Amino acid sequence: MSRNDHMQHTAPGERIWDPTNECMPRQELEMLQLFRLKQTVRRVWENVPCYQAKFRELGLVPEDIRTLADLARLPFTTKEDLRLNYPYGMFAVPLREVVRIHSSSGTTGKPTVVGYSRQDLDNWSELAARFMTAAGVTEDDIVHIAFGYGLFTGAFGLHYGAERIGASVIPMSSGNTDKQLMIMQDYRSSALVCTPSYALTMAERMDKLGIDRSQLSLRVGLFGAEPWSEEMRREIENRLGVIATDNYGLSEVMGPGVAGECQQRCGMHIFEDHFLPEIIDPDSGEVLPPGSVGELVLTSLTKEAFPVIRYRTRDITSLDYAPCACGRTLARMRKTMGRSDDMLIIKGVNVFPTQIEEVLFQVEGCEPHYQLVIDRVGNVDTLEVQVEVRESIFFDEMKKQRAFVEMLEKRLLSTLGVGAKVKLVEPTTITRHEGKAKRVLDKRRL
Amino acid sequence: MKVEQISIFIENKSGRLAEVTRVLGEAGVNIRALSLADTSDFGILRLIVNKTDEAKAVLKSKGFTVNKTDVVAVEVPDRPLGLNSILEILDQGKVNVEYMYAFVERCGENAVIIFRFDNTDEAIQVLTQGGITILKGERIYNM
Repeated sequence: MSRNDHMQHTAPGERIWDPTNECMPRQELEMLQLFRLKQTVRRVWENVPCYQAKFRELGLVPEDIRTLADLARLPFTTKEDLRLNYPYGMFAVPLREVVRIHSSSGTTGKPTVVGYSRQDLDNWSELAARFMTAAGVTEDDIVHIAFGYGLFTGAFGLHYGAERIGASVIPMSSGNTDKQLMIMQDYRSSALVCTPSYALTMAERMDKLGIDRSQLSLRVGLFGAEPWSEEMRREIENRLGVIATDNYGLSEVMGPGVAGECQQRCGMHIFEDHFLPEIIDPDSGEVLPPGSVGELVLTSLTKEAFPVIRYRTRDITSLDYAPCACGRTLARMRKTMGRSDDMLIIKGVNVFPTQIEEVLFQVEGCEPHYQLVIDRVGNVDTLEVQVEVRESIFFDEMKKQRAFVEMLEKRLLSTLGVGAKVKLVEPTTITRHEGKAKRVLDKRRL
Repeated sequence: MKVEQISIFIENKSGRLAEVTRVLGEAGVNIRALSLADTSDFGILRLIVNKTDEAKAVLKSKGFTVNKTDVVAVEVPDRPLGLNSILEILDQGKVNVEYMYAFVERCGENAVIIFRFDNTDEAIQVLTQGGITILKGERIYNM
């Protein structure tokens, strides 16, 4: 089912997967949004006890939603809501209708679980095809996916998008850089999908092995799952010979395919016919006027299995509703500028300081006096957990002291899903501000 | 028969060792023997001092992490194979040495080695039965 037959070419080099929906006049788009919002509100009201309780508390019924402005009357959904309803409490369809389950890291050991109906997977493929087309992928491309396949939504989302476009997909998964490079050369991969830091790790390995970028067939690169700077973009483009674009998504809302850059590269187009965006003041919860910087809140408009109403993404950004030269009428979100909570993204993995605190709490004699130091060495994120040494975890024998450090590192790896180096420090090392320790020191310049 | 040793956690950064010796010196504590085990991040400083409890208290008051451990001071003949004769006895008695270090002062004609064993009491028994002289704490602190 190729859309290429009615694909429009607006700006030079710009291809649009679904011009009907991506270039819709705003008035028409708003009508569609309102219709779908009403459907979604009705769906959660009828099927999700958590939303029934939230609506009742506010004295709301679905009929109260008459205009898009009424969106602000609806309650927020937070990660905590998803955690409290673990694993299937937020699903709006019976499990019989769920054809896929994914999950993301949680704040307290338990991940959050999301489900997809057959229609959801179809929409996901369509939306991924949209941003991948905007990034320059065509049916002639060989798409090399170096995201980890698994519970993580990244690999599957782009996999479906590339297949929908009609490209040839190499489901490479992550790791084993030498093999990745061999396959990229031999199979002539033309589009690369991975985290931006892994793209640079590959570039470094190429230098070491003496592989020149001209020996690769790469043309475009789609990078995401972690924050990256414009300098990194330029470096990746130079070293791999690709046009690098950014895209945005989060598993709680769907996965990759919420928004993506076009060739103009002036923000990521949010697929507003499927996700209704708002920018709020993270402290007061007030909706901010267009153009303001604040927390992105998303309401799913078409999701069947796992709809979310006003999901607090915790990502700080701003929206630009001005028409884009590419021809799309969809609003553009800026690269995320930070978080309104304490979540850290380390090597593409979401890490909350509370997870580390819990690991420390579980170790006998270990007091949670710690500090996290995050840095980027070369292109790889590093996480160091500094733990203050008390008598109860201090041994006169080096063997025991080292075994203690190794035990902590092992537990942190299994809880966080990302390696951490444990450094023991003297009790007075970690700076305290008015009695409260500063827990996180992020030295990365993103 | 046991000797008390204090161990101090030291971060691998400049001036920390000097801080320990300064704190001890100002408290009138004299260091009798020492050993330092280190990694790139941190070190474990082990000391035998003339006033163990005072040394521990004053270091703790300055924010250091300090523990007290029992070790054994053994007289070693100051000649080739002197130390070997003792290690052979320990090996035959199936006693494990966690670490050891030499004492600065001599005791008459003999050298003194400080041992940390996995089982201190058993080690003392094995050494005594082997005719080895173990030095008492009071003697060591005031040597």
